[in-house]
Amino acid sequence: MNIFDILGPVMVGPSSSHTAGAVRIGRIARRLLGEGTPVMASIGLSGSFAATGRGHGTDKAIVAGLLGMQTDDERIATSFEHAQQEGMAYTFSHVKLSGEHPNTAKLVLTGKSGRSMEIVASSLGGGRIMVVELDGLRAHFSGDLPTLIVQNMDQPGHVSDVTSMLAHKGINIATLQLSRDHPGGNAVMILEIDKAVPQEGIAWLARTEGIHRVTFVDAEPVAVQG
Amino acid sequence: MAIESMALLMEAGKERDLFDIILESDCRERGATRGDSLSRMSMLYAAMRRSGEGYDPSLRSGSGMVGGDGARMRAYAASGKTICGEYIGSVLAQALEMGESNACMKCIVAAPTAGSCGVLPAVLLPYQVREQLDDETMVRALYIAGAVGQIIAEKASIAGAAGGCQAEIGTASAMGAAALCYLAGGDAQAVCHAAAIAIKSLLGLVCDPIAGLVEVPCVKRNAAGAMIAMSSAEMALAGIRSAVPPDEVIAAMREVGDKMDVSLRETGIGGIAGTPFGQTIAGKMAGQAL
Repeated sequence: MNIFDILGPVMVGPSSSHTAGAVRIGRIARRLLGEGTPVMASIGLSGSFAATGRGHGTDKAIVAGLLGMQTDDERIATSFEHAQQEGMAYTFSHVKLSGEHPNTAKLVLTGKSGRSMEIVASSLGGGRIMVVELDGLRAHFSGDLPTLIVQNMDQPGHVSDVTSMLAHKGINIATLQLSRDHPGGNAVMILEIDKAVPQEGIAWLARTEGIHRVTFVDAEPVAVQG
Repeated sequence: MAIESMALLMEAGKERDLFDIILESDCRERGATRGDSLSRMSMLYAAMRRSGEGYDPSLRSGSGMVGGDGARMRAYAASGKTICGEYIGSVLAQALEMGESNACMKCIVAAPTAGSCGVLPAVLLPYQVREQLDDETMVRALYIAGAVGQIIAEKASIAGAAGGCQAEIGTASAMGAAALCYLAGGDAQAVCHAAAIAIKSLLGLVCDPIAGLVEVPCVKRNAAGAMIAMSSAEMALAGIRSAVPPDEVIAAMREVGDKMDVSLRETGIGGIAGTPFGQTIAGKMAGQAL
């Protein structure tokens, strides 16, 4: 741990896992949706998030993250009012997510375009988070590194499409994950990379036959501890 | 030199100022420039002061158990009728205010954790005012505090779930003792022994928050941690040394944390959380589960 893991972050209390981590789960969901503030969010909480979330402000924190707030934004405490002003409807429910980390949330978002997206993410402690499921497919990424997500038909060649594009742009791959629902069904490719993908690279992939959707989220440094 | 032990810190501190040693170590560790490191630390100190100024006595925590005590303490401190005097009263008030702000969803600086965020500002902010020190000097003291926290994190723990409250308030208190001792002119020996005396004073403290919330007994323990930081710094400045070497004290902290029952490590089961009152609150909060 470096000295700034000991001192800092500057954050809205009371808990790095239940408050700051929850804000970050809301934020990564918003960024993955990529359409600004969602119009509708169904928020399912499990485990300790459900049991002690009210006292820790986990509910307000997730809504704050969905509105784009950072972990040190004092408007987190009044995020429900801000959601109303911005026209975001939301519901909370208690969900059972077996096998997941005790602090896990499942978010189903609908964006302004009508597109919907579903993510499951866990708060691991110290404000660190992990997205463990995206649109029903297994995932494992934090959003700390620039992340490229490609959703495609499960057919030969798409990994090559993506890696060729990155090679062409001179972008190094840190991690690569593949997941699919069934052979020939829906697949997702998640790449953590060392720098941002230029817009034309994303557009080129998006035009490729068999690729349904391409999402890029740039790095967001995490300095939360406590 | 990576700062791996109190012994190293004491040895290196014979020749040079602790602040320079720690700043250099941070720059090397993170590949940062002196300017980057210093400006980041200055921002943290400014945020600490802002948090202190942002205290709102009307706020109440999620469970309703916490809020308003900082203002009570501050009014009492100014009454002229205190046992320990106005200065100590202002330290206690600062610690309570910060802990309450955290519980009430205000912005704080984790030091080392959110639950123990009140100790460091409580010993530093009033001291700066009384001694009329500039911010630059206070920022130097934060490096001393940070290095002590780093050593404890490495050799023991700074998480209540792993090592009990001694890991959170205990560490914060050791950091505060070291920082104060440095500001008051203590040498590297005195600084490290101040930290060791603080750890020994809080060794074995369990993490037993009611309903698992960072409220009771967390907020008041920030006030206690600040007092232990001050008494430890005073002893070290008087020339008193920890009979047990500081690194051995930290090793003992680790051992005690490992032996602590899981019901006393941030699970909301044992200790204060397990009292009939604690269980009643926990039941009430469970009724409001999301």
